[in-house]
Amino acid sequence: MPLFYDARIRAYLYQVIAVGVVLLIAWVMFSTASANLAKQDIATGFGFLARQAGFVITESAITYEPTDTIGRAILVGITNTVKVSLLAALFGTVLGLLVGIGRLSHNPVLSRLMLAYVEALRNVPLLLYLLLWYSLIISVFPPVKQAIEMLPGVFLSNSGLVTPALHWQSGFAALVTAFVVGVAAAFATARVLGRRRIVTGKERPIALFAAIAFLLPLVATILFANISVTWDVPELGRFRLSGGYHLRPEFVALLLGLTLSVSANVAEIVRAGIQAVSKGQWEAATALGLSRARTLKLVILPQALRIIIPPLTNTYLTVFKNSSLAIAIGYPDLVMVSNTIMNQTGQAIEAIAIFMGVYLGLSILISLVMNWYNARVALRER
Amino acid sequence: MNSRILQLCATVAGIAVGLVAATTANAATTLETVKARGKLICGVSMSTPGFATADAKGHMEGFDVDVCRAVAAAVFGDPEKVDFVLTNINTRFQALQSGEIDMLSRQTTMTFSRETSLGLDFGPTVFYDGQGLMVPKSLGVNSAKELTDAAICTLPGTTTAQNLSDFFRSIGGKFELVVFENPDENRNAFFSGRCEAISSDRSDLASIRAVANNPDDYVVLPETISKEPLAPAVRQNDSNWRDIVSWSAWMLMAAEERGITQANVDEMAKSEDPEIQRMLGVSEELGKMLNLDNKWGYNVIKGVGNYGEVFERNLGTKTALGLTRGPNTRWSEGGLLYAPPFR
Amino acid sequence: MTQVDTLVSSAALAPSREVPPAARSRWFSAYFGTPGNALITILCLGTVFALAKLAIGWLFVDATFVGTPAECKATSGACWPFLSAKMRYIFFGFYPFEEQWRPLTAMLLFLGACLVSMVPKVWGRGLLLAWVAVVLPVLYVLMAGGYFGLTVVPTTQWGGLPLSFMLSFIGLACALPLGIALALARASNLPAIRVLGVGFIEIVRGVPLISILFMATVMLPLFMPNGITIDKLVRAQVAIILFAAAYIAEIVRGGLQAIPKGQVEAGQSLGLHYWQIMRKIVLPQALKKVIPPLVSLFIGFFQDTTLVTIVGLLDFLDTVRTAMRDPQWQGIAVLEGYVFAAVVYFVFSALMGAYSRFLEQYFRTTHD
Repeated sequence: MPLFYDARIRAYLYQVIAVGVVLLIAWVMFSTASANLAKQDIATGFGFLARQAGFVITESAITYEPTDTIGRAILVGITNTVKVSLLAALFGTVLGLLVGIGRLSHNPVLSRLMLAYVEALRNVPLLLYLLLWYSLIISVFPPVKQAIEMLPGVFLSNSGLVTPALHWQSGFAALVTAFVVGVAAAFATARVLGRRRIVTGKERPIALFAAIAFLLPLVATILFANISVTWDVPELGRFRLSGGYHLRPEFVALLLGLTLSVSANVAEIVRAGIQAVSKGQWEAATALGLSRARTLKLVILPQALRIIIPPLTNTYLTVFKNSSLAIAIGYPDLVMVSNTIMNQTGQAIEAIAIFMGVYLGLSILISLVMNWYNARVALRER
Repeated sequence: MNSRILQLCATVAGIAVGLVAATTANAATTLETVKARGKLICGVSMSTPGFATADAKGHMEGFDVDVCRAVAAAVFGDPEKVDFVLTNINTRFQALQSGEIDMLSRQTTMTFSRETSLGLDFGPTVFYDGQGLMVPKSLGVNSAKELTDAAICTLPGTTTAQNLSDFFRSIGGKFELVVFENPDENRNAFFSGRCEAISSDRSDLASIRAVANNPDDYVVLPETISKEPLAPAVRQNDSNWRDIVSWSAWMLMAAEERGITQANVDEMAKSEDPEIQRMLGVSEELGKMLNLDNKWGYNVIKGVGNYGEVFERNLGTKTALGLTRGPNTRWSEGGLLYAPPFR
Repeated sequence: MTQVDTLVSSAALAPSREVPPAARSRWFSAYFGTPGNALITILCLGTVFALAKLAIGWLFVDATFVGTPAECKATSGACWPFLSAKMRYIFFGFYPFEEQWRPLTAMLLFLGACLVSMVPKVWGRGLLLAWVAVVLPVLYVLMAGGYFGLTVVPTTQWGGLPLSFMLSFIGLACALPLGIALALARASNLPAIRVLGVGFIEIVRGVPLISILFMATVMLPLFMPNGITIDKLVRAQVAIILFAAAYIAEIVRGGLQAIPKGQVEAGQSLGLHYWQIMRKIVLPQALKKVIPPLVSLFIGFFQDTTLVTIVGLLDFLDTVRTAMRDPQWQGIAVLEGYVFAAVVYFVFSALMGAYSRFLEQYFRTTHD
């Protein structure tokens, strides 16, 4: 058997066998599944996506009626998932930064309090927290008829938070355009001035110029464009508050739970990142006469950021995946909508394939964006 | 490393081949599987008082449970030879399709699309139900039509939510739907005042009302917004098994028509009535035709009683649910229960 | 760059590291060194006291310790009789009442065996053998019955804390070899095997655990030939194993990458073939490095097993939740169960966290 002992031939053999086995398993599963489905007269295919959904989704970022298609219902689920994960990632990052820096404080009370915060969040399952927050909201706050009016028009009850809503009569598009133009202008200004500083070595208040560049288009639009808005103030009807903007307790509990869990992770990442920068860097910067804040900004953070980005990516991916726990407290995210569809159509394989595919696709997208950002801040070795 | 992977692959391949082989070898009918196992496996809910709950020591009781016990009695002559599996709303049909359970008895509504596209067959309707709404008395509502703009708690993926949106569309109103995956959470949200109303089958509402701290604080509204015939279900294309489940259920109804009870079944076996003789296996061989013991009917009634007894024991006016028979009474008394003749 | 700006401005607020004036005691300056620092101290203490007052009031002062549901309803604090009344259900679920000494014994035996196994000195082939040949069979017989006159208890009646332990422990134990195999596959020179490894790891890591659980409980049965059914518990267990394996693979890969190439080359120059190099040289070093992060991962999986409640298994969180919805305690015990469950999870996770830190220290001082 000299042929078998040839390392290259053996390598090919192993690969062919491995691929063959995987294909065999896939084929066996596929054929049994289709045989089972055919035998039991279970419908297959994605034709159901065009059928009328017929069920109500209470919370939706895009317009949706029960008369819309199942495909649109899935889209509603996706937007709900994205909405809650984006907000949780945003709030959680800000909160986590504060907590992480608090943990490094030399004040023992503050650092221990922050440690307790992080430990309490990391050692108890997220699902348990979600159920706990939800129970707290619906059992501690009063029913909607005795809603607490915190500010005029702002009501808090166990049906959530209701605030006045702004309705744009006209000028909305102009304002959005101005906002986008402002952001772009601010970035451009900061960049040009930053380059200039490197060339000339002169200090200029870059932040101030950028802020002006951002505000200018907005102010101009407000002054010259025809903007009119009406306020939709909630009113207590026979049962509930009608009108206004509703933050439902399901959404609030989920957002709270996810935000806190992100913040605990971000806090640990930030702490580890700052601590990983060697002490000599602090000392060198101090020896150069840099103040503490400038040392942090110019020396420590650029180095810490490189350590922070990869685990931060993982945290964002995790919160995105954890938003699927929404199903436990009744927030209509992608999994919950797919689940309803699965029950209505009986087509489990297709429904699960859709939501797994969407998660996979969006996970890869998040990874790509974060990797791109990571590559930008990465150390360029010369 | 390669040798290890190779080993792993070989094992997996072995299992795969084994599975394929098993496919061809294993074409047993449900009855054979159940008999070989020595126990019936029945999918129920586990937290619906009156239909299926466990007592403090884990013994299951309820209307749905008794339907399972009747089938177990028909097959084994012993109503206790049944294991109950918790099925939730998501997994109940898949549990049946996959063979994890032998029959599903879980307040499941028989509908056209379920019967045709979910790979299952329904037995006879054992409980005629309809969807209703329940509200706290303090709300001062007397009709579902007044519930425009209210929040309504319900379970997902059932026909319930669809019926509600149809109903409110027909009266031109809107409502806020609050959906919970878990019946316990659903109930809790309603009791905590998260929703003004809760909607489900009327029997289920009675069950929810029974567990309230003070049941008298809640009232079921008069409207019935749908037809919900609740029936046991079995896998499609196993007609012998379907016959067993169906005729066990009809046996309960026929026994009530004929006045056979758990207590008097031994005396009734001496009856001269030819149909009673056939039912109880005294004459002819109905059991054999189902591939069961000829005394299967006797065993069913001896095991769980007749339909009336099952109903009164679990749902009737003396229980916490306090349901009246309503449409679930004999056809001869104006109800909908009508067992085909045993001949 | 808003992140950085926030970080900078917040950091600027943090107390400075400058050496305090000699006149003040070190203790005092740590707490009240500068006005800003003093403010932080006072705010923090205020928060701690407010929270403690709220918690003690609810947990002890206003709480009911013995009594009926009605008595609980009359007080505003916690209702502890709920816990004592439902304790056995919370711990063991629907396990037959008379037989509940069995899961209790099994759980104690399991915890005892874990405690012994946590000592690095006893690690070795013998310990592994003891687990496989003695501990696990005894645990299985205790739980499932069928031997020595123990009545058979089907897995559908298992529940509570033993189930949570089982799912997470067996999950990790079985996922470890699979994870190592995946990590090796991913680091392999053979492109097809590498692609398969990467594909599996990335797909599993790209989707939520709940979707894999759904797939295992709802979809997998459709892929099984007619007549073959896999126990629901086993299906959930398989899902957890596959999920854990992908994450373990990534950790082990980190360990593999940390081993210098020279080690492999040295092995090759000795004439060892690939598998010998891996088993005798690379893996022992790599695995030692990844033990602390693996323990941390285990904490995460112990918590993640709570997700099985969504697919209808009665784990510890689910028994707690259903106990609170018991008609007798409906609306009375709204938080007590969750608080109790949180304490249980916290204690186990924190202990494992402490153990992970101990191991890190242990490896740093004894090997390296």
